[in-house]
Amino acid sequence: MRRVYLDHSATTPVRPEVVQLVNKYLTETFGNPSSVHAFGREARKGVETAREQIAALIKAKPEEIFFTSGGTEADNMAIVGTAMANQTKGKHIITTQIEHHAVLDTCKSLIKQGFEVTFLPVNPDATIDLELLKSSIRDDTILITMMHVNNEVGTILPIKEVGQIAKEKGIIFHVDAVQSFGKLPIDVNEMNIDLLSASGHKIYALKGTGCLYIRKGTKIAPLFFGGSQERKRRPGTENVPGIVAFGLAAHLAGQEMEAEAERLTKLRDKLIDGILEKIPNVQLNGHRTNRLPGHVNVSIRYIEGESLLLMLDMKGIAASSGSACTSGSLDPSHVLLAMGIPHEIAHGSLRMTLGKGTTEEDVDYVLEVLPEIVEKLRSMSPLYNSMKLENNEECSKCTQKR
Amino acid sequence: MLYLDNSATTPVHPEVIKVMEDVLKKHYGNPSSLHQKGVESEKLLETSRKIVAQTLEVDKEEIVFTSGGTEGDNLAIKGIAFRYQNRGKHIITSQIEHPAVKESCRFLEQFGFSVTYLPVDKQGLIDPQMLKSSIRDDTILVSIMHVNNEVGTIQPIQDLGAILKEYPRIFFHVDGVQGYAKVPLKLKEWGIDLYTVSGHKINGPKGVGALYVRNGIALLPQMSGGGQEGGLRSGTENVPGIAGFAKACQIAREISVINWEKLSKLRKYCINMLKEKNPAVIINGPEEEHVSPYILNISIPGLRGEVLVHGLEKEEVLVSTGSACSSKKDIISPVLQAMGIDRETALGSIRVSFSYQTKEEDILIFVDKMSRVVNRLL
Repeated sequence: MRRVYLDHSATTPVRPEVVQLVNKYLTETFGNPSSVHAFGREARKGVETAREQIAALIKAKPEEIFFTSGGTEADNMAIVGTAMANQTKGKHIITTQIEHHAVLDTCKSLIKQGFEVTFLPVNPDATIDLELLKSSIRDDTILITMMHVNNEVGTILPIKEVGQIAKEKGIIFHVDAVQSFGKLPIDVNEMNIDLLSASGHKIYALKGTGCLYIRKGTKIAPLFFGGSQERKRRPGTENVPGIVAFGLAAHLAGQEMEAEAERLTKLRDKLIDGILEKIPNVQLNGHRTNRLPGHVNVSIRYIEGESLLLMLDMKGIAASSGSACTSGSLDPSHVLLAMGIPHEIAHGSLRMTLGKGTTEEDVDYVLEVLPEIVEKLRSMSPLYNSMKLENNEECSKCTQKR
Repeated sequence: MLYLDNSATTPVHPEVIKVMEDVLKKHYGNPSSLHQKGVESEKLLETSRKIVAQTLEVDKEEIVFTSGGTEGDNLAIKGIAFRYQNRGKHIITSQIEHPAVKESCRFLEQFGFSVTYLPVDKQGLIDPQMLKSSIRDDTILVSIMHVNNEVGTIQPIQDLGAILKEYPRIFFHVDGVQGYAKVPLKLKEWGIDLYTVSGHKINGPKGVGALYVRNGIALLPQMSGGGQEGGLRSGTENVPGIAGFAKACQIAREISVINWEKLSKLRKYCINMLKEKNPAVIINGPEEEHVSPYILNISIPGLRGEVLVHGLEKEEVLVSTGSACSSKKDIISPVLQAMGIDRETALGSIRVSFSYQTKEEDILIFVDKMSRVVNRLL
């Protein structure tokens, strides 16, 4: 059976170049970077090279990159660290309703500590209203935290514009770039970003490694306490194999970014157009064009997302209903709800995220299999049958929306 | 090269590398994903949890995977303190803890917690009676390391635990980073509530560790997000790291008793040989009793530690001064200071740390190179 992995936003396979490098750092270069002897120095060199590679990708300085255990830790550190270090200036934070839980729940945890958080609503295509952002800024606003690309629906948010606003108001600006890092161009200076989170396992490196970019001069408290690693901002023996893997993957992503974005955009559009054409009562979630190159999210009415995923999986296609982190829960996606999509439609959402290994044949295969599965599931759905019997005004509305 | 700096970090065991490579190449799924790739990873994760739990003789549900020892210590100490602060705000620890524990406690002092730092004797040992007399009505946590990372002293955890059994409202955290799978441990019997473990100290990978959290204890998470690890530790699980870590735990546990015996003999042999070559050599920490056979801390009067380390490196022997984490600072180790070791001796100390791979021959080489370097320098 054909195996098609279309869940690159959840995680990616490790690329062979990276596996090879990791092997070297597990076997030969196993030293502790804090050790002063040769083994330690070699490991240190690996870590510093990775820091340079990552800095180069976002036009930062190497000393502004701090390695973490992943995107979640970076988000927590950025938000909690900024809140703790700047609370004398104010206790108001602005974010959006469609952030990843690592941002959303961290902000919520701060509310318990006396902070106030504005969760900006979004438009139906998951874009944000800049005027609304401006009017939400208060004298005591200390942080704006916003994702670059939404993980569930793929919409690209106007980071550069938000950065400009934040800069004018002197507010620290954090960007959760977990989904865009290595896929879209990022320039922390041009975009006025003060803090940026990235994760290794979304760009064909290892799970358990990420980083936080901290613009020089940004006041931030650490999340963990201990040794003096990462200039005391992130203690703990550095995960050397994970870090060098992240560095190499970032470097390669930078080299391949333009060509890969073009290739994936074509495949994505083919997949979106094919689905909208072949399956009735389907809507695309997120912005049609201003979205991550390999990202597709559709709502297929009158079916349950879970059964759809199961049947796709049986046909060798790995996809998801929303973000992997919440896939165990039965609650509809907070992102889709914030976009104003009703519960019953949100339940039938399907996310397919393309990546390095995805070919045109894979897309063709999905376009062949998916309509059959949908047809089969709908034929078993009492909802769909009664809809067909009665006049289907709602359904035509849905088609118009498309 | 003779690597005798195994307390800083260890080479990864070949079988661990095999496991990790297999996971890196085949099992890349996100354990939270519902499809086959995700299910595979989830299974790996849970099998790993079971293995780690078995090595500690605890339930699978009591193991939380972390990014390493530092995160484990932070989660245990801050997690207890902030969750149970309504019961009291007093913490007891020792003067010779690793910075991950000490700095976490210092951080809590900013939030109105008061911390008692128990002194140690010349051997680096805590007096259990001293612990008992430090307990107050508002004490909520005792955090004591199992094995000291610089001098190897094994704390009387069993005795401390016995005292704390009379105080069921006080949680007992043990930093087991240098002790786990190396020296005897009975988590349940000794009344330990939380125990920190690190992968890269037991020939596993860096960037992964575990915290044992006794059933029934609710910690305040240090990171919010996707709710992984039962909500205690959000973030996509480091599957290859965790699988490699579990393998390392399994191997380390299997050979721990044999190693204990072997290294106890080798350590003693090493001390005798060193004394024979240079009677002035000073052993920092216990010589035989209450000490991990994996760690030997010595001073040669009249020689600076870093000069010795450098000299030995030229002879292709790698050791360290103190802990790797503080190896860059030109200050006296707070551990040696707390033990009442004089400045001169403290500045001259080096740490030699062994592993399951260390052989008698290595000891001979070390002693020989050591006396060569000392003779040249003195």
